[in-house]
Amino acid sequence: MSVAARPLHGLYSARLLLICAAGVLTVTGLAHTAAVGLVDAQLAIAFGALVAAGELARLTMPGNREVAPIGAAAALGYTLLLDVGGVPARHSALQVVAVMSAGMMLGALPHLAVGRPPRLDAIARRLLSGALLAFAYRPLAPALYATTGHGEGTWWVVLGVMAVLIAAMLAADVAIAAVLRAEQVRTALRVAIRDELRMAAPLGAAVAASGTLLALASHSMNLAALVVFAAPLLVTQVAFRKYAGIRATYLQTVRALARVTEVGGYVEPGHSRRVSVLALAIGRELGMAEPELLELEYAALMHDIGQLSLRDPIPGGATVLTDPRTARSIAELGAEVIRKTGVLDRVADIVRHQGDPFSGPDTPPLASRIIKAANAYDDLVGGSTDRDRAAAALERLRLDGGGEYDPVVVESMARVVDRLACAVRL
Amino acid sequence: MRELPWPAKAYLVATVATAVVLIARGLVAPGHLDGRDWPTLLVLALLFLVCESVPTLLNVKQAAMSVSFSAALAAVVLLGDVGAALVGATAVLSVRPGLELYKRVFNGAQFALCGYVAGWVFQWLGGSRSVPSVGRFTDLLVPFMGAAAVFVPLNALLFTVMVSLAGRLRLGEVPLRSAAQFLVSYLGYATFGLLIAGLWATVQSISAVLVLLPLFIARWAFGQYLAQQRSYDATIAALCQAVETKDYYTRGHCTRVSSASTMIAQEIGMGPERLRAIGYAGMLHDVGKLGVPTKVLQKDGNLTEEEFAAIQLHPMRGLEIVRGIDFLDEAFAGIMHHHERQDGRGYPMGLAGAEIPEFARIIAVADAFDSMTSDRAYRKAKPIEEALTELRRGSGTQFDPVMVSAFIKALDRRGWDPPGAMPAPPAGEDVDTVAKDHDDPTAPIQVVSER
Repeated sequence: MSVAARPLHGLYSARLLLICAAGVLTVTGLAHTAAVGLVDAQLAIAFGALVAAGELARLTMPGNREVAPIGAAAALGYTLLLDVGGVPARHSALQVVAVMSAGMMLGALPHLAVGRPPRLDAIARRLLSGALLAFAYRPLAPALYATTGHGEGTWWVVLGVMAVLIAAMLAADVAIAAVLRAEQVRTALRVAIRDELRMAAPLGAAVAASGTLLALASHSMNLAALVVFAAPLLVTQVAFRKYAGIRATYLQTVRALARVTEVGGYVEPGHSRRVSVLALAIGRELGMAEPELLELEYAALMHDIGQLSLRDPIPGGATVLTDPRTARSIAELGAEVIRKTGVLDRVADIVRHQGDPFSGPDTPPLASRIIKAANAYDDLVGGSTDRDRAAAALERLRLDGGGEYDPVVVESMARVVDRLACAVRL
Repeated sequence: MRELPWPAKAYLVATVATAVVLIARGLVAPGHLDGRDWPTLLVLALLFLVCESVPTLLNVKQAAMSVSFSAALAAVVLLGDVGAALVGATAVLSVRPGLELYKRVFNGAQFALCGYVAGWVFQWLGGSRSVPSVGRFTDLLVPFMGAAAVFVPLNALLFTVMVSLAGRLRLGEVPLRSAAQFLVSYLGYATFGLLIAGLWATVQSISAVLVLLPLFIARWAFGQYLAQQRSYDATIAALCQAVETKDYYTRGHCTRVSSASTMIAQEIGMGPERLRAIGYAGMLHDVGKLGVPTKVLQKDGNLTEEEFAAIQLHPMRGLEIVRGIDFLDEAFAGIMHHHERQDGRGYPMGLAGAEIPEFARIIAVADAFDSMTSDRAYRKAKPIEEALTELRRGSGTQFDPVMVSAFIKALDRRGWDPPGAMPAPPAGEDVDTVAKDHDDPTAPIQVVSER
């Protein structure tokens, strides 16, 4: 699906708007700076270099979210800067934008050279939220510096203003990210905001603290301290990189090992992967949040793992056609395997109830209902892209007399299948 | 406390007494702390306590490393020797769960000692005890580095003496690499102390928040990472066992090969990342076996060439399954080539000697050993000694002699827990009992030519 859907990304309007805005900003900032000349050149170069280093060390968080915490903190520090060792900093908001975009481009170059271009929307978002803060804060800078008695008095007013504006910027950043996300993965905006907030909160707090630190440090020390003051954030970045790495490996491993059922001839090739893709799309459509979606994906990938305990593969592996007793025992055996991990209890639960009828005495969990429908659909349609066959399968699931499938899930699946078919056609 | 041997008790009392005397003397004598220092002391002590109560567990399992160093070293600059000692002494009050009273008392005393000595060194090197004013930051660097350079090793020394007196330390077991890592991260935390002190003049206690917030978030993220790592290891083990359930006698084979491979790798001195990789490679080495038709595995007597080819394919099948995972490339090579032989008569590629990847040579030894020491449908498990004799016999022809001797050494040191006798499969259970084991070097698969 992702391959087929990729050409569509260019058509997403919010994403396009964002990239254009960032482009205009970059051009304006660079042109303005070129026209009036670089104020405090040394300072600009130092912070620009740190932005570039941060961009170079960008990382991808779970959910394919590209972040560059060190670069963001450097941009924040440059924006918030009031003075260096007692000499007021006079750079304008547009110069901040110019330094940021130059740094980002420079840092992205090595990635480009090895064929890993930055995600345009992610880099545009980083630039835009940084610019928003710069436009709000830089005009206030001289007045704010005066409240500190030119560096000799208290800094509480400045700290307060910084805190408020940074919070506003982070909120704006989350909002932009959520709009992009909602559009890209087709989920409700409300759900996307919650997901983005959960992902952004820890890193955002670390970036905010470090950015403020950078600005204040330049007040009491000289620029040499810049690198040292990025150190706390470096530790944070290392920790997050490790976390993102293991999350990615985890998903890859489950995806890979789910394929043993195919290699063993228990199910059709590609079955687990197709069911998981379909189930995820339905789950998003029905407003599931990201942690639930991850569980749904694991469960969908491993829903047939119980077949490994069967003596002989069921012909064709089509569990929609097996008798209910065998199907139930496959679900039980699979749940048992997953429960043995000791950590994926909820996934085990989803797998256990994957065969339960919707209108049974206990309503199975939503994730189980989704997997049941997606599994049945894939058993009937397989890897085929024939529209008639898909329509016939959907019709059959809609009309099932025994209340096997959740009608809401089936309707949502019909919409998802329709969308995917359109995407393939384009 | 009661289980401590008497030298440890004496050491504990001596440490505590020294710390108390130093602090008391400093408080009585004028010029060490004055009234203006108390608010700073309170803030730093509180900070130290918070940091000490939530230690960051970074890599080193035995020693809880903690951000509290930063607070203690900031106290050295801002408050001087006695102040730093007092801040360190608050470790007594730490609320870390599961920490006995005597340990907390010792911690407090040793931190106080370290703080005092570091403060003394700081002043001796010309650092003046005060809030460093803006612009005088560079004067601070040399004395501060001196203080940090004393604090960290002294702390490690006091701690190590205690642990060795308490008889919980065998020196050979502390790997040099992690000790070095430990020191480096402590010096890193020391730098953060300098940052806190340097910013104190501008924003006072907020400086501590700004420096430590990213660290606490890092700690949180690292905790998440460790939790995911554990969860991942459990998941991969469970899935591999699921692949094995069908074949009654090989259950648990993957986890045992994984641990035996890790033992060999440790013995030949592999780094942590490669150790983890070979653990996974050992775990996954036979996932491709599921692609071998059951009737081939169950067939009594000789195999045809075609059937043997099906068996020879399983390393490639395994590789095909796991290729999408971001492992070290070595792990893939290990899975792919774990049936190669030193004399070049193995499969799938017929590599020989040093052509065979290191991971594969390790897994080959672990694989054969576990197969021989486990029950099979056609024979009982061999005793460990007999299996080792087999390994030695095959050393140079089938196995890499280096890996065989490394394995024997590791076994000598740490022992091995064989799977134990498998009862005959219960009649009701629907399991396969395979008539041959492709891993068993003592019962090589016989192939007949079809012509």
